[in-house]
Amino acid sequence: MSSRTLFDKVWDLHTVRTLPSGQNQLFIGLHMIHEVTSPQAFADLRAKGLKVPFPELSVATVDHIVPTENQARPYADGLAEEMMVAISRNCREYGIRLFEPGSGKQGVVHIIAPEQGLTQPGMTVACGDSHTATHGAFGAIAFGIGTSQVRDVLATQTLSMSRLKVRKIQVDGRLKAGVYAKDVILHILRKLTAKGGVGFAYEFAGSTFSAMSMEERMTVCNMAIEGGARCGYVNPDQVTFDYLKGREYAPTGENWAKAVAWWTSIASDGDAQFDDVKTFRAEDIEPTVTWGISPDHGVGVAESIPAKESFTSDEWATIEEAYQYMDLKAGQPIAGVAIDVAFIGSCTNGRISDLREAAKVITAHGGQVNAKVKAFIVPGSEAVKLAAEAEGLDKVFTAHGFEWRNAGCSMCLAMNPDKLKGRQVSASSSNRNFKGRQGSPSGRTLLMSPAMVAIAALEGKVSDVRAVLGKAAAKPA
Amino acid sequence: MKTISTISGRAVPVVGNDIDTDRIIPARFLRCVTFDGLGEHAFEDDRRQLTAAGKTHAFDDKRFTGAKVLVANSNFGCGSSREHAPQALAKWGIDAIIAVSYSEIFFGNCVAMGLPCLRVSVADSEAIQAAVVKDPAAQVTVDIDKLEVRIGGQTWKAQMGAGHRQQFLTGQWDATSELIAGLPEVRATAKKLPYVSSFA
Ligand code: SF4
Repeated sequence: MSSRTLFDKVWDLHTVRTLPSGQNQLFIGLHMIHEVTSPQAFADLRAKGLKVPFPELSVATVDHIVPTENQARPYADGLAEEMMVAISRNCREYGIRLFEPGSGKQGVVHIIAPEQGLTQPGMTVACGDSHTATHGAFGAIAFGIGTSQVRDVLATQTLSMSRLKVRKIQVDGRLKAGVYAKDVILHILRKLTAKGGVGFAYEFAGSTFSAMSMEERMTVCNMAIEGGARCGYVNPDQVTFDYLKGREYAPTGENWAKAVAWWTSIASDGDAQFDDVKTFRAEDIEPTVTWGISPDHGVGVAESIPAKESFTSDEWATIEEAYQYMDLKAGQPIAGVAIDVAFIGSCTNGRISDLREAAKVITAHGGQVNAKVKAFIVPGSEAVKLAAEAEGLDKVFTAHGFEWRNAGCSMCLAMNPDKLKGRQVSASSSNRNFKGRQGSPSGRTLLMSPAMVAIAALEGKVSDVRAVLGKAAAKPA
Repeated sequence: MKTISTISGRAVPVVGNDIDTDRIIPARFLRCVTFDGLGEHAFEDDRRQLTAAGKTHAFDDKRFTGAKVLVANSNFGCGSSREHAPQALAKWGIDAIIAVSYSEIFFGNCVAMGLPCLRVSVADSEAIQAAVVKDPAAQVTVDIDKLEVRIGGQTWKAQMGAGHRQQFLTGQWDATSELIAGLPEVRATAKKLPYVSSFA
């Protein structure tokens, strides 16, 4: 059969049967568990006397509530401690692997599974977390699910799901200097809106994505969900295989060749049919910053905050609400907006390449974190932390006034002690700028690339990273 | 299993597009191992902010106390996959939601909990909200069988996918038992997957 997308092939292979509701019973090849969305699922299994038939296909870690400063147990936060105790007990009882702090494998769930080679092309992946879309970077179909569905996957390794339509998002060309994967997805969100993708899986295709590293592809797929798409993916290629080779849970020996052959076969066919296609040019993408309260409220760093008339009229109420909440006006340049906190981390941008870019910008700038700004850097996993320290990145950060923390979700959603206070404004490399997202009910978030966060921390305000990169290039060696 | 075909009761309007799950239940309340007690924290930060500004959130408005039907606008429940959001609404007392559109994960969570979510047009969502504000004591009937919303003599057409509608009407909204019934076929599917059986 030809003319099929990766989505179609993976979906068909994993369809167990059609349920009476008309939905498909879909097999889940990799199930990831964390401490926030799983305790009620396990409690329900216990209450109903259900077993876990495929414990080897689940893997658990702790990330959301883990403190990034003092990790000594018991945690100061009694509720957080209770959640830690619950996940250890649940994993032990049901025979599920748990990567705990100190194991060297702990971290944000969407960072560790790829890092360990658990996420592979052609899989179906599910996790009780919306940013599960990240794993699509490998050519997997990866869904965020709720707690009832976590229970279903534990009890049956399957989900009841309706097939999605597939939209190809074609981006071709080379990104300009200072433009990163984060800018690509913020640009796409801005153009297709936060709900434009409802009902779709996004296939990210074209030369821009082919040229990206796996880590960059993960940044893009991570935020597909912010566009309303249930999942996003990139077809697997040599970059994917090279990334996976040698990772702990990746196939080895003669299995490797078998795996590569199968992975290659599940990519979208050259003449695959899509339900919709949208195209963009890499050259049109600028370093992008969000100014509002939804991830699609982005503007180029050299632009001004848009007038509400540039949106469709059904958006006007939200746009007005955004101006008011953010205390920003239409027509005001985004560059120069003062920040109080700078956060680099999260499953969007907490990987080693993100930290390298940030360090590069900081070194090129040469200054210290602005006296009014609290800046901290949270590696996405224990492995990222070790790698960064081995390269001396932590020294670069601390020498310039950034705090260097332990792995976790941290201020991406502020369930741990890292939080905004009052009306503080943060420059953040995370993925959501919703009202109150970063721990203060009235706190404000500006999303941007890690390099842009770094420069904002040093300057104390939103600034164009290209000014610094240009200076670095012009400086005689 | 419980069939769900009509829900009748008073309604509460929550106005605004893109109301995300962080707003429905702020993250700090996710530090829990059960869903109990989430109801009182639904929309907590939005409520506090309005109170501080001298206004009243619909969830604090006495006129809407005890409402069973939530009437929202577009893209309701976007953002985080936390089932804590619909759980908080259900614990507060909501038995049905009417909106223009929902995020898919939120919608799926609601189905799995037996909380029906119906879709109406933009104009109708606003008209229903206006009718509820005008007469907060009015009984609102959400009819999943006829796919209608009725208040007094007024009727609005509503939508729900045929499969989901059937799940509610036949009491099969909780997919777990159906999924368990398929376990032999699940094992057969697992055997066919190369990454499970051949090169793992
Ligand atoms: S880093 Fe943020 S978005 Fe990612 S899993 Fe953690 S809380 Fe969720």
